[in-house]
Amino acid sequence: MIQFEAVSKVFTLNLKPFYAVENVSLSVGQGEIFGVIGFSGAGKSTLLRLVNLLERPTSGRIIVHNRDITTVSPKELQDLRRRIGMVFQTFNLFNSRTVYGNLAYPLKLAKTPKEQVDARVKELLRFVGLEDKSEYYPEQLSGGQKQRVGIARALATSPDILICDEATSALDPETTGEILKLLKKVNEEYGITILLITHEMNVIRSICHRVAVMEKGRVIEEGPIFDIFANPQQATTKNFIRSVIQDQLPSSLLEKVRQKHPGRLYRLIFKDGITSEPVLSRISRKYDLDFNIVYGSINELQGSLFGSLIVEFIGEDSKIHQVVEELRSVVEALEVDESDN
Amino acid sequence: MTIDWGAFWPKVVDALGETVLMVAVTLIFASILGLALGLLLFLTRKGSLYENRILFVLLNFVINVVRPVPFIIFLVAISPLTRFVIGSTIGTWAAIFPMTIIAAFAIGRVVENNLVSIDPGMIEAAKALGASPLQIIFGVLIRESLGPLILGLTFISIALIDFSAVAGMVGGGGLGSLAMTYGYQRFNTSVMVVTIIILIVLVQAAQYAGNYLSRKFLRR
Repeated sequence: MIQFEAVSKVFTLNLKPFYAVENVSLSVGQGEIFGVIGFSGAGKSTLLRLVNLLERPTSGRIIVHNRDITTVSPKELQDLRRRIGMVFQTFNLFNSRTVYGNLAYPLKLAKTPKEQVDARVKELLRFVGLEDKSEYYPEQLSGGQKQRVGIARALATSPDILICDEATSALDPETTGEILKLLKKVNEEYGITILLITHEMNVIRSICHRVAVMEKGRVIEEGPIFDIFANPQQATTKNFIRSVIQDQLPSSLLEKVRQKHPGRLYRLIFKDGITSEPVLSRISRKYDLDFNIVYGSINELQGSLFGSLIVEFIGEDSKIHQVVEELRSVVEALEVDESDN
Repeated sequence: MTIDWGAFWPKVVDALGETVLMVAVTLIFASILGLALGLLLFLTRKGSLYENRILFVLLNFVINVVRPVPFIIFLVAISPLTRFVIGSTIGTWAAIFPMTIIAAFAIGRVVENNLVSIDPGMIEAAKALGASPLQIIFGVLIRESLGPLILGLTFISIALIDFSAVAGMVGGGGLGSLAMTYGYQRFNTSVMVVTIIILIVLVQAAQYAGNYLSRKFLRR
């Protein structure tokens, strides 16, 4: 649906080249919710704006709807943009137009007949739950309502792709939840592919199927949500995960745990289904090995349960080895070391 | 010195008509020219839709050269051009020509300032919705800046009432010239007071109308 092939975007900053996006290759599949997370300045916003050519790439190819968008004519670009809805952090509604006017504007641009405009606007208002706000001006709406209008406006011309630039970052947690629910509904009911960028791991956890982590213009890690949460590789990714899930032991606590528990510590990751089975006690009984649960948590992730336990095994090394090997056939088991638990 | 009010009132009515004509005609032409000029300035500035450094610097320079020139000097300075375009340097229309030019430059700046203050996010949103540059100019830029723009035009039209008095110097007529010739040069205070009161009423009316219209477009 959207493909980045070795894409770079270079700005000139103080006469020096600055890589906002550096050699990024990504592929977003049809019907997917793909999230890009990174701290501010990581280049994720620039990456998003390349999809509808609000920014032009310096090098590389961007394929949308099987076409290299960097080669289309200005007229074709306008048509292409109508098939890619965009939602903004600051909503960017037209202040001089009513809610109705904001939703009708993209349809007028697309030269839609008047009766159809009216029917479509009413349908959109119903979809986002703002039927009663049709004649309101943006300044009379709350942040959450404004973003609903922003989403409805982006959907007006029935795009098959929706790109969201920090769509919930200006909203409070409760409203964020509502907007995320709405985006999920957009994806599920209309089958629209969503590419979103955010700095909140909560957004990724709530609605994304796959995630890419960006740092200094590069994608440093990418994969299905579950894999990334279960087994993050990069320090930045681990930090983001820690912001929403307490599955890892802080190093200060680890030291205390070590003092009390001299045995070998393992982190066990339980995926859906396995959380309800007594794997640990069954296997350790089989080998007659004692264990001690030191720390743990079970979280919900994309409707699946995701458990993480830090367990101390007490006994001979060879026995522990056997137990861990057998555990590895059902769960993920990683030995905890001081530097990186 | 006494004055024959019976003969004087028709003169006041004529002068009022001349003032209104000068201001209204100037405002119409200067608004069209000024809007074009302001848009051109905004669109050619750095990072805008039609970024063009040379044109921007040139326009900016011309405006900054014309605007500080005192109107009375400007009026005399461009009189050859006025004669070429209007056919005369005396009369109401001969006053309208320099007034239009100077007002167009002033309005150009007002338009530019209002366009600059539009949230760039709105322009970006329109682009992302597939709007062409022309659709952005008319559907977003002008539309969104209309409220403050009307206030700016009100300010200019009041300045024009003032300018029209100076235009009396070239036989443009109008209330200002009446106040000058009868009130000031012939030491007739009551005439001067009457014309000034009419001018004040005129300014108040213009401001009221401007505020009303701008509120309608700002919706506040």
